[in-house]
Amino acid sequence: MALAAATSEDVVPPAGSPLARAATAIRRNPTIFVGALLLLALIAMALAAPWITVDPFKQAPINRLRPPSERFWFGTDQFGRDVFSRTIYGSRVSLIVGLTVAGIAGLIGLAIGLVCGYFRRIDGVIMRVMDGIMAIPSILLAIALITLTRPGLGIVIAAIVIPEVPRIVRVVRSVVLSIRAQPYVESAIAGGTRTGKLLVRHILPNTLAPLIVQATYVCASAMLIEAGLSFLGAGVPPEIPSWGNIIAQGRTFFQIAPWTIFIPGAFLAATVLAVNMLGDGLRDRLDPRLARRM
Amino acid sequence: MTAYVLRRLLATIPVMVVVAVFVFFLLRLAPGDPVAIIAGEDATAEQLAAVRRKLGLDRPILEQFLLWVVGMLQGDFGTSIFSNLPVSRLIMQRLEPTVSLTLSTLVVAVCLAIPLGVLAARKAHSLVDRLVMGFAVMGFAMPVFLVGYVLIYLFSVKLGWLPVQGYRPLGDGLWPWAESLILPSFALGITYMALIARITRASMLEVLAQDFIRTADSKGLSTNRVLLLHALKNASVPIVTVIGIGIALLISGVVITETVFNIPGLGRLTVDAVLKRDYPIVQGLIIVFAAAKVLVNLIIDISYVFLDPRIRY
Repeated sequence: MALAAATSEDVVPPAGSPLARAATAIRRNPTIFVGALLLLALIAMALAAPWITVDPFKQAPINRLRPPSERFWFGTDQFGRDVFSRTIYGSRVSLIVGLTVAGIAGLIGLAIGLVCGYFRRIDGVIMRVMDGIMAIPSILLAIALITLTRPGLGIVIAAIVIPEVPRIVRVVRSVVLSIRAQPYVESAIAGGTRTGKLLVRHILPNTLAPLIVQATYVCASAMLIEAGLSFLGAGVPPEIPSWGNIIAQGRTFFQIAPWTIFIPGAFLAATVLAVNMLGDGLRDRLDPRLARRM
Repeated sequence: MTAYVLRRLLATIPVMVVVAVFVFFLLRLAPGDPVAIIAGEDATAEQLAAVRRKLGLDRPILEQFLLWVVGMLQGDFGTSIFSNLPVSRLIMQRLEPTVSLTLSTLVVAVCLAIPLGVLAARKAHSLVDRLVMGFAVMGFAMPVFLVGYVLIYLFSVKLGWLPVQGYRPLGDGLWPWAESLILPSFALGITYMALIARITRASMLEVLAQDFIRTADSKGLSTNRVLLLHALKNASVPIVTVIGIGIALLISGVVITETVFNIPGLGRLTVDAVLKRDYPIVQGLIIVFAAAKVLVNLIIDISYVFLDPRIRY
């Protein structure tokens, strides 16, 4: 709440019991609520995976390509593996990739953005580099980076972080540019505040709201890129049940067993939808200026 | 105007230089030695050295970079490690399917999304508006491969209306070509449509609230005339910007769409080259895709002058 910009809604706090207040907040901004709830459910599911699933690697040729039933909720694949268990475990990969990429890209982007916005002399050079990275389609850059190294979750995360950083830098930099012209910043400079303190105490807090909003979009995009990479055979190692890998392995038997593709695909779409809704809701709440522009 | 176009054209040079430097050095400095992969696991030191020499990798890295850049400026993108064919020829061979797919997606998306956005703005906060916006929010979350397989399952496997996969070149006739592009265009275009519909609605709402619209309305012009001639034209700058930004989405999506629909285009070429570690092809393709993106941005920037005469350079 400390981050929220003062809007007319904040001036008059909703009255009544905590329950009534929560109900008001949800009514005013249902998107955050629905998005967060959906995302929490997915996280809970990913955490509870060992207790609610059977072994996602266990092959049972006798149960090959079974359609969804009471025994196999989401059917089985061509090796007789349980698609439900694999899908639930797959959520772990997507969530880890999405959250880690958003966190790392957010921190790197924040640092570069602060420096660029404040130190005008190096701004030009760094921003040209960012323009160059942004000109490269992110999925291409990522597959090129991944296949030239040993496959692994860490490499996938690094390869997605690089093309996402410029998107954060742009947002942070534009905020810094507008903030540094504010009288209170100028008076802090005149008062002899050290540059480091000025950046961290006076400028950084202003960038947080747009940064968080942008980071949620980066998180959603990272999940889609990871699934795309695994689908193309250039993502996390094929033995790990990620949603992209499950879909890639289901391609051969797609016409007789479409559930091996539709179910993990639907989970991916739902997760991305939840993150995007959270982002849209946060944008409306934290950054009314941006919300009006969209 | 000419001066502006020239200046804008010159500004693309540093971007492309950064792309070239970045692609070249990142791929080179990435841990993992292409020579070791090409020569095989149990290659001797002499074999490794021979492969290295053959690929020119024994020269200083700066020299390699300059040779590569100078070659590209002359249209020589290097030679594929595996097929030994010039990269530029491999790219030309695969160009048609990708250009066809990108253009057909662009046409489908623009022709459907702008009317949807205008409709949503005209009937703001109605059921129609909510449906269009709901579609837009969903569209952003839809992975290309999910949409692709759902479309194939419905229209090809179940209904049998359209071919399952594959691409027919334009040389085979207009209809077979168009038929093979319908499903891929929708699969690739769904996020793009969502993006365009959303910005069209937002931009139209902003314009519709302005005084000159009220004037046009009150002097008795028909609603359609006001909507299309007065409002849409003034709302067009953000829409065109987003159409341009979306090209980037299309280029990334092309790689996946071509795999889902088995289209032998640049996307497939990239994936195959990457999986075989044929890095001259990968480098060349990244440069081509980045150049395409930069070129689209250039066209968009220049188009503003025609769309909004108030913009002067």
